[in-house]
Parts: sequence; C-alpha cells; structure tokens
Amino acid sequence: MSTLVLLTLTGLGLGALYFLIASGLSLIFGLMDVLNFAHGALVTAGAYAAWRLTGHLPFAVAIAAAIATGAVLAALIETVLIRPLYSRPKDQILVTVGLGLALPALVQGIWGADARQLRAPRQLAGTVSVLGAKVPTDRFVLIAAAIVVLAALKLFLSRTRYGLVVRAGVEDRAMVTALGIDVRKAFTLVFAIGGALAGLAGALGGVYFGSVSPDQGTSLLVFGFVVVVIGGMGRTDGVALAAAAVGLIQQFTNYYAASGLGDFAAVAILAVVLLARGNRDGARRLIRRAA
Amino acid sequence: MILELDDVRVTLGGSHILQGVSFSVAPTGVTALLGRNGVGKTTTVKAILGLVPRTGRIDFGGDPVHRLRTHEIVRRGIGYAPEDRCVFAKLTVTENLALAERRGSAHAYDLVYELFPELKTRGAQAAGTLSGGQQQMVAIARTLLNDNRLIVVDEPTKGLAPKVVTEVAEVLERAAERVPMLLVEQNLALVRRLAGDGVVLAAGQVVHCGPVRELLADAALTQELLGVGQARGENVTLYTRPAPSGGSTHALAIVKDRQPPDEVSPPESTRSDAP
Amino acid sequence: MKRHVKNLIPVAVLAVLISLPYSTLRIPGVFDGAVNTPGSLQLLALCLLFAGLAVGYDLLFGRLGLMSFGHALYVALGAYSAELAMKNLHLPLVLAALLATVIGAAVSTLLGAVSLKGVGKLGTENLGTVGFAMVTLAFAQAGSILVGRDPKTTGGEEGLPLSTEKVPAAFVGVVNTVNLYWLALAYLVLVCAVVWWLTGSRVGRVWQAIRDNERRAEVLGLNPFRYQLGAFVLAGTLGAVGGVVHLLVTAGATPETTTTDFTLALLVMVVLGGSGTRWGPVLGGVFYTLLDHRLGAVATSDSVAGLPAGLRVPLSQPLVLLGVLFVLVVYAVPGGLAALPSRLRGRRPPTRPRLRGRGPRGQRGEQHRLGVVEGEAHGAHPDRVASEL
Ligand SMILES: Nc1ncnc2c1ncn2[C@@H]1O[C@H](COP(=O)(O)OP(=O)(O)O)[C@@H](O)[C@H]1O
Ligand SMILES: [Mg+2]
Repeated sequence: MSTLVLLTLTGLGLGALYFLIASGLSLIFGLMDVLNFAHGALVTAGAYAAWRLTGHLPFAVAIAAAIATGAVLAALIETVLIRPLYSRPKDQILVTVGLGLALPALVQGIWGADARQLRAPRQLAGTVSVLGAKVPTDRFVLIAAAIVVLAALKLFLSRTRYGLVVRAGVEDRAMVTALGIDVRKAFTLVFAIGGALAGLAGALGGVYFGSVSPDQGTSLLVFGFVVVVIGGMGRTDGVALAAAAVGLIQQFTNYYAASGLGDFAAVAILAVVLLARGNRDGARRLIRRAA
Repeated sequence: MILELDDVRVTLGGSHILQGVSFSVAPTGVTALLGRNGVGKTTTVKAILGLVPRTGRIDFGGDPVHRLRTHEIVRRGIGYAPEDRCVFAKLTVTENLALAERRGSAHAYDLVYELFPELKTRGAQAAGTLSGGQQQMVAIARTLLNDNRLIVVDEPTKGLAPKVVTEVAEVLERAAERVPMLLVEQNLALVRRLAGDGVVLAAGQVVHCGPVRELLADAALTQELLGVGQARGENVTLYTRPAPSGGSTHALAIVKDRQPPDEVSPPESTRSDAP
Repeated sequence: MKRHVKNLIPVAVLAVLISLPYSTLRIPGVFDGAVNTPGSLQLLALCLLFAGLAVGYDLLFGRLGLMSFGHALYVALGAYSAELAMKNLHLPLVLAALLATVIGAAVSTLLGAVSLKGVGKLGTENLGTVGFAMVTLAFAQAGSILVGRDPKTTGGEEGLPLSTEKVPAAFVGVVNTVNLYWLALAYLVLVCAVVWWLTGSRVGRVWQAIRDNERRAEVLGLNPFRYQLGAFVLAGTLGAVGGVVHLLVTAGATPETTTTDFTLALLVMVVLGGSGTRWGPVLGGVFYTLLDHRLGAVATSDSVAGLPAGLRVPLSQPLVLLGVLFVLVVYAVPGGLAALPSRLRGRRPPTRPRLRGRGPRGQRGEQHRLGVVEGEAHGAHPDRVASEL
C-alpha cells in the first residue's frame, strides 16, 4: 500500500513537471503554430537561475527568478527572432531548433557539463507520511504548483480579454486581426507565459531531481512533446490529464517492470494513442466516403 | 468617396488573382461588388482589409491605408463580416461579441440586441452550435457593434434558407441607413433592393461600374457579366472560373462587344420580386 | 549546351573525389596533414558519410516537407544492429549489414506508418508537420533511452567497439583508412543516385505536389500517405545503411548516433547547404562536418583556454557557434549555401530548380483547376495563411 501511495504521488509529481512544460508548448502551438524547440532550453535556463540563487537568497526568490528568466528569455525570442519570420512558419521552427542547440551548449560552456547539485531548503527536503508512505515533500510542491497553474491558466483563458483573444486566435488568427485586435501582442504574451512556466518547471525539476544539468531541459522537453500530442494542442485540460497519465505510467512501469522501461512506456503509450487516433480518422474517412 | 482602390493587385500561390482593381465606394448607401464565382470578390475584400499581400493604393476616408496592418485598418472604422462568417465556434455568442468590442468606440449593444433579439437569449451558447443564419447574425452584429465608417459584408446570404435571407436583407437594409456598406452578394434580387452602385469583377479586373439598376435592366449584360439571368430569393451560383491567363482580355472583350450569350435565360422574370 | 555542362558537374565532382586519396595537397586550416594521410582521409570519409546521410534526410525534409526529428534512430539502428549481429550472432559483415538494412526498413515502416497516420491532416486534431516532428522525436528518444539503459548489450555510454574479426581486413586499421574513404564515397554515390533518380522521376513530381499542397495532391487522386511512407521507409533504410558505414568509419557504434542532436545536426546540414536541392545537402554535410571538426579542435586548444570568458565560452562549445550560425543562415540565406551563387549574382534562387519546368503541363493545369475547388471548399484556410503575411 505504501509503495502504491509513494509511486502514485511521485508519478503525479513528475506529471506535474510535464504539465508545466507541456501547457506552455501547447498554448504556443495552438495560437501560433510554432513548435518551440527552444522550450527545453528555457527549462534549463530556469533551472540554472534557481541553482545560482539557492543558498544565497530565500528559495521563493530563486523560484521567482527562474520564472522571470524563462519569461524574459521567451519574450525576447518571440519578439526578436520569431516575429520577423511569420511568413515563414517552417523557418520559425528552425530558428527555435538553433536556439535549442546553442543555449544549452552556452550553459554548458559557462557552468560545465556535469550536473550541479541543487540543495532545496529544509522545508522541501523532508518527507511527509501519507498512509504509511514517506513521500518527499517536493512531490506535493510540484503537484500543488501544477494545480495552481492549471487553475490560473483556466481563469486567464476564460475571464480575461487576453484569454479571449488567445482562445479566438487558436481558432482563427486572421479573423481576430480583422476585428481590430493586434494578435501579435497575444503571441508575445503567450510565449512569455510559456517561458515563465518552463522556468518554473526548471526550478522545480531541479528540486525533484536534486540537481541541474545543461541537457535536463531538452530531455524533459521530449516528454513535454509526448504529453502535448496525447493531450491535444491548445487544450489545457487534455494536457493536464495526459501529463498525469504519462507521469504515473512512467513511475509504475519503472517500479514494477524494469527501471528505465518507464520512459519507454511513455513513448509506447504515445504510439498506441496515435494508432487509435489514426484508426478513428481512417474510420471517419471511410464513413464519409461511404456516405 | 469613403473607400478608393487604385490598381490593386494580388498574387496568391503564384497566380495573379487581382490584376489591377480600381473602384470606389460611395460615402452613403450600399455599393455592390458583383461577379461570377471565383473572379476575386472575396480576394478584393481581403485586400482592402490587408488579409492578403497586395500592391496598389487603398484610401479609406481620404487616408492611405495600404501600408497598415489589418488591425490598424480595422481600427480606422471598418466592420467586416467575412464570407464564411468566421464566428469563433468554441466561444459563446456573448464572447464573440465581446471580442469584437473595439477600444475607443461606443458599443451599440442596444442596436444589436434590438436587431437580433436571439443573440441575447442565446448569449451563453457556443457560436459553433448556432444555425447558419444565426451565425450570420453574429457576424453582422460584430460589424454593427462599433462606430464604423464602413462595413464590408461578403456574401451574407450564401447557403441560407429563403426565409433567413429575407431576415438578413432587412437587417442589412437597416444597417445601410446608418453606415455605408460594401456588399458582395450573388442574390441579385437582394442587390437590386439594397444597392445603389455596382462594381462588376471578371477575372480579377473591374469590367463594369455604375448604378445597379441600369446593369440589372440589361438582361444580356447581366447574363454575361454575372452568369445569371434570374434570382428568386436564393443564390444562383453558376460554377465558372476565369480563363487561366488571357482571361481578362476575354472578359473585357465581352463588355465591349456585347455578344449575345449562348444561352439566354427567361427574360426578366425575376426583376420585380425582392425577397 | 548548358544542359550538358550541368550533367557534367556530378562527373567532375566524382572525378575529384576519386582522385583525392592520391593527392598530396596540403590545405592548412582544413586538414592537419596532406590530403592522402590517414587523418585527412578519415575526416574526408566522415564528410562524405554525413553528406550521404544529409541527402537521405533531405529526402524527407526538402523533398516532401516532412520534418522528422528522429532520423538518428535509423542510423543508430544500422550501426548497433550490424555490430550486435557480428558480435552476438557471429555473422560476417556483409550479412550483418544486410540484416541491419532489413531492420532499418522494418522499423521505419512501422514507426513511419504510426507517425504519419496518427498526426493526420484532417479533423480537429490537426497536428500536421509539428505533430510529426514531435512524434518522430519521441520515438527516436525511446531508442536513445533503450541504448542508454541496457549497457550490457549496447555498451551504454561507451558504445560498442567494432568486432574487427568479422570485418574484412581491408576495413581495419589505420593503413586501410583509404578503403573507408572509398566506402563512404560509395555510400554517398548510392544515396545520391537513388534520391536524384527518384526526384527526377514521376515519383519525384508527386512528392513535390504533396510538399507544395498535400490537400491538393489528395484532390488529384494521389494518396499522400503512401508516398510519404514510401519516402520515410526509403530514408530510414538509407539511414540504416549509413549507420553501418558509420560503424566502420568510426570503428564502433557510439551512443551519439542515437541522440536528438545527431538528427538536428543533419537538419542543420541540410538547411545550411540548401534543402530540396541537388547539391545543398551534400555541401551542407561536408561543410558542417569540417566546421564541427575544426571548431572541436579550436575548442580544446590552449589558446582558447586563455581567452576572456566572453570569447572562451562560445569558442569552447562548437554547438553554440553552430547553433548561432544556423539561426543566421535561416535568416540571411534562406536557400542555404546552394543558393549563394545565384544570390550573389543578384537573382532570386529558384526554389525548386529541377522540377518546375519538367512536370507535364497537363498535370499542372489540372492542379490549377482543382485549386479553385479547394479555394471554394476551404475558404477559411487561406485566411489562416494570410495572417502570417
Ligand atoms: N490562397 C489562395 N491561393 C491560391 N489561389 C487562391 C487563394 N485564394 C483564392 N484563390 C483563387 O482566387 C480566385 C478568386 O477567389 P475569390 O476572391 O474567393 O473569388 P470570389 O469571392 O469572387 O468567388 C479563385 O480562382 C480562387 O481559387
Ligand atoms: Mg467569395
């Protein structure tokens, strides 16, 4: 029983991390059709910002700095590099690929290739007893952060004018501009939000794994992709569910099957979902053809 | 003239869709933009709004706007109801309207809800679940919500049932009392009822300008330019396409020569009945 | 006349490449010793190998517009399965290479079908290009994980040394580096022959139609999926063959071939050189490999270690410079190196140099007419495009 609880909460913690990464990716893609390959680099940037400040300043400040780093970097990337390429969607992706290569390498050049230990403050380092299981506190922090982010995102999307613009833009960008709205402001905003969440994910991921390393963000990004594809682009709820599912499956497989198989299982789930989706599309097409 | 186009050209996907379109829109009443399917009416409208890359000059209210971006053009006071309505399917009716609210403009909800009481009662419904007619109401309501100096409506009756066409026509008529309108429409009965001037496109060029009444009075010309001889409260859409290249000269030749059409439709049976 | 010159270029290039191992030329700054020394030949073999891999990758990226982020998987499959077949099944090289090729074909068929079908082009889950990129990346990552987590079989981070006893002696040892050069050259010629020939054939025109407008191709009665899958399998198979060559040239299967960075390097090569062109990927592959090698040498040199941090950090990380260079190329030289000459001459580079004029006129006309149907049926779609202009 206690194993089950521990596995569940750890899996959800991991899922929370994925959600923080994937929700930003999915928003960006939904609104702008841009696959942000530099998203992993933003995670890494956030992680290193937190790592630099932990121990010197209160941990909350380190987290805030990580969020700010991600947001500012993302806004810069959008305005300086992505924006001039709106007529060349594929090149936008290529530019983020270039950044995704260069930024982690830059981090590696400055702080070295080895993982750096991130010492979480004492309040986060301990464990909490739940139903006989000693669950590390950081799992709860991650889960809570994800829930807060999910709620905030939903409020933002449903209650604010910018949220309205974003939701409308996901459906039809051109019509949004034809209503006299500068949709590019929404682009920058969404990119910054995604960057902020990536920065947060970097900092909390550093706590979860106990260390930060230059390619941490990029390896997390892969699972961010898996989650986005399973959950659906531009769908915050779907992404949240998919993130939880992938995190849980990974943890359980790692424990009950073999260590390391969990990552593999996540990709296998992706394949299954794609197959099911492909078949459903195929079935729909068949029905359409028959009709 | 509230809107003037001078030598507007558009190339899309390698084909020259508009080949130098020039015309102007009167500061009052309805100007109809006519032409067979695929001649470039929608493209012209999009060119005005900056939704397609174009060259040439476009003046709105006396100021050049062809260098501005779409949202800047719109903020100068254009309301646009696009061909496919383009309501945001996943947003509610209220949200669709709220999104259309422009800063620096009064929001005429009273007028909108007076014209379309249904939009108030269905405020919480997702716009995608509305009928085609109701979606068109949302699209038109969006243009009436703000203080516009021009509204541009692209085929508002396309695919609507005759009864709904009548409703739309009534609303457009009321709207036209308040603000000048550029109307793309295939329903000639409706055009006859609403429009003063007409501009006819063929193969990406203007082939005729002038009062709509005179144009529609000439059955042969109507048949040739618009490919329709009758309109009975419904869309008569003949599927034709401009000839790939030399098409424009061909179309012009028709205007000059006024050759009799191959098939003459029953003359004038429809002229008098408006929807 | 011009046509003749054009056809002579490959012959001339091949002649130069064949003569290189006999040359005692010294090119300071590029090769440390003369061209025919083992060190230079090894580097040249890598250049040709990567040129071949890039041409294969461009089959997807440039010819079909498919952005695969998982091409490394097939190279790794080729290298690891050939090596494992020699080591564990005690097969001779030729059979092991054959087996690796078959495995590459089988896996690319399976994963290609899943990736292409699953991301779909229609309906609300319209992931398209981006979904394909994500999914191929995830699959390749799974391969990378597998290699990393099973060190007993795969050697983990160390990789697997080449089982030299199963390899013909001609491919073993420093003195035989020249034979590795021939092997890499043969691989490049093979890939170019296949890709160029197909590109010029009817299949190539269908590819182009699909790349330009998938939906229109569908309307034309073509089945994009079949052609896309065919190209994916071909690219995967060629990649696996390249993996075997990589195994021999680098004398081992290394985990680097499994990483996303490996695929991204191919992408950078293709874009750098000019995607969708004949020579672009070849140029890009050679240029990138040389640059990577040189930058790697600079990075570890003593002179860099003494520089102030602002210079030392980027110079010590080849990827920083390559990434920045890549971004610059995307911005400033959209057609890549292959487009540079015509750019410098002040002409806009032809985007599809070969196929434009060659398609049968009837087919193009038909596309046009059908394009109207499309414009009518999907009126909202151009809107979405328009907003990006
Ligand atoms: N994005 C596009 N790319 C290529 N051709 C287009 C595009 N949009 C419209 N067209 C073509 O331009 C022509 C004019 O279209 P349109 O302006 O919609 O005509 P209309 O509104 O008069 O029916 C049609 O032949 C159509 O196929
Ligand atoms: Mg139209």
